[in-house]
Amino acid sequence: MPRHESYPPEPGQPVTRNREANHELSIRIRDLSLWYGETQALDKLNIDIYQKNVTALIGPSGCGKSTFLRCLNRMNDLIPSVRIEGLVEMDGRDVNAAKMDEVALRRRVGMVFQKPNPFPKSIFENVAYAPRMHDLVSRKAEQDELVEHALREAGLWNEVKDKLQQPGTSLSGGQQQRLCIARAIAVQPDVILMDEPTSALDPISTATIEDLMDKLKQQFTIITVTHNMQQAARVADYTAFFHLGEIIEYNDTKTMFANPATKKAEDYITGRYG
Amino acid sequence: MSHSFDDISAQLKKRHRQSSRLKWISMGALGLAGLFLVLFFADMLSKGLPAFQQAQIQVQIDYNEDAQRMGRAALDPEVSRLVSRTFERLIPVRMRDNPELLGTTETRWVLADSEVDQYLKGHRHTLSESQQATVDALVEQDRAELKFNTTFFASGDSKMPEAAGILAAALGTVMTMLVTLSIAFPVGVMTALYLEEFAPDNRLTQLIEININNLAAIPSILFGLLGLAIFINFFGVPRSSPLVGGMTLALMTLPVIIIATRTALRSVPDSIRHAAFGVGCSRWQVVRDHVLPLAMPGIMTGSIIGLAQAMGETAPLIIVGMVAFIPDIGVSFTNAATVLPAQVFTWAGEPDQAFVEKTAGGILVLLAILIFLNATAVMLRRKFERRW
Repeated sequence: MPRHESYPPEPGQPVTRNREANHELSIRIRDLSLWYGETQALDKLNIDIYQKNVTALIGPSGCGKSTFLRCLNRMNDLIPSVRIEGLVEMDGRDVNAAKMDEVALRRRVGMVFQKPNPFPKSIFENVAYAPRMHDLVSRKAEQDELVEHALREAGLWNEVKDKLQQPGTSLSGGQQQRLCIARAIAVQPDVILMDEPTSALDPISTATIEDLMDKLKQQFTIITVTHNMQQAARVADYTAFFHLGEIIEYNDTKTMFANPATKKAEDYITGRYG
Repeated sequence: MSHSFDDISAQLKKRHRQSSRLKWISMGALGLAGLFLVLFFADMLSKGLPAFQQAQIQVQIDYNEDAQRMGRAALDPEVSRLVSRTFERLIPVRMRDNPELLGTTETRWVLADSEVDQYLKGHRHTLSESQQATVDALVEQDRAELKFNTTFFASGDSKMPEAAGILAAALGTVMTMLVTLSIAFPVGVMTALYLEEFAPDNRLTQLIEININNLAAIPSILFGLLGLAIFINFFGVPRSSPLVGGMTLALMTLPVIIIATRTALRSVPDSIRHAAFGVGCSRWQVVRDHVLPLAMPGIMTGSIIGLAQAMGETAPLIIVGMVAFIPDIGVSFTNAATVLPAQVFTWAGEPDQAFVEKTAGGILVLLAILIFLNATAVMLRRKFERRW
């Protein structure tokens, strides 16, 4: 197949080329556009996100990766001037429909933020708060069990099991971020959105989080925004390249990095700009 | 062209002189402010502390038949002029209530007249030469002395300075502040919550915000007029009562609490809100479980300072009739009452020399309460300050 041809082949179709046969659809996005007031930030995005995989969103600053990520759990609702068109479909339901309760959506689509932001409460309370709020646990013993389970999943249990009552903010940056991951998985979501989860962390904490993502994708669909190309290459099964509010290329990570189909993606991946 | 260090130093000399001059001027300003503060406190203390002492005289009370009609008859005529008339008036009442007292005698310490009090304290007085000699003699015999003034803290107002106390006004202040707090705190906090966390940012909310900020700058006496026109004349709330006073002061405190609460809410970082929304909190849960607990110290501090401001307020209360003569100690929201600053205002207008120290004493009590409240505000802020 000749490179640098028009891509994707058919407008309005998802731009994935290589898809593993056993990967099932998690979120279907069609013609998604978003405006901040008069400024268009996303332009007719079409992309399929597959279950129990890590999908990385890469691209230069201001290209709409984070904005797109926030469309998936409707965090953009918090910004008054935002206007959204197009379809974000999960489980056969339009996420942006008036009937869709954003609280229910966020219960199924968790989020981890760029800067670790544990609640200024105890480590235990950080994890136990959301399950209790969503009535996932009733008895104290269940709650303890769930907190331990979530902290184990996040690889934090051995470090904090003796100081569960200490404030979450007393942990190191990397530990705080894993606490935030534990908080997200405590409600057993389907999808976890990660907005540059390691950009505020040192290399060792970053490696820990990357290992964790690799492990968590067995249970959860993970969508992560990253500025770090090596990270995308290491952890992601699929990678989408964003540029100026458009998805230029979306493919399985191996192909994307070894043999990008578009000139823009190739230039970005090889470090010619960004 | 390059400069040597010496060249540069020479140029800098002028700038250094300028900055040191500015430093001295600002230190002078601070010193002046400190001096005024010291002067104010020294004056208040020197005038007010004597109010916490009161002259008492030991007298022999002879419950004879004449005393049933006129209390003065029970006392030695020479001493009777020196004793507080409030005490003399009580003798017939006591004898009527306890008939068995007739024919007995009793020795006890009683309040001295305010002129005796002023004489013993070395202030201006109107005692005649012979009365002064009598007092001196009583002092010699240890039958007249200055004692701690329990009357000042345990009774209401009186036309006789030696019997005038601050308790009625203090209770009035407590009742009024209860009304103010229970109206202004919930309404103010909820208003700020709505404006800050729920309301859309449009023309209307901007207009409301500007008006709230203006409300904080309105002369307090206008709130008094509003209280008179609306609460008393329109709604028929009893005048002079802690209820109407508290409602009027609540109007005045509202903008202070709203502004303080909004500032406190704004200081809660958005990352906390995002985290809470991210785990699926509804807007109200975000506010109740995460934002409010973090903002509470700021809200409390602002409310206490607003309350302290309302507590020192006199002008609007004059308009709603809370500058009243209240001799009885009563705890009621609807009966006539007065408050500490109004009591000070009343005493300040009395011609009697003895009321000067009452005025200063009242100010000291008010100051002590205000300092206590402000210290509480600072402590709350320190104690609950959270880092994130």
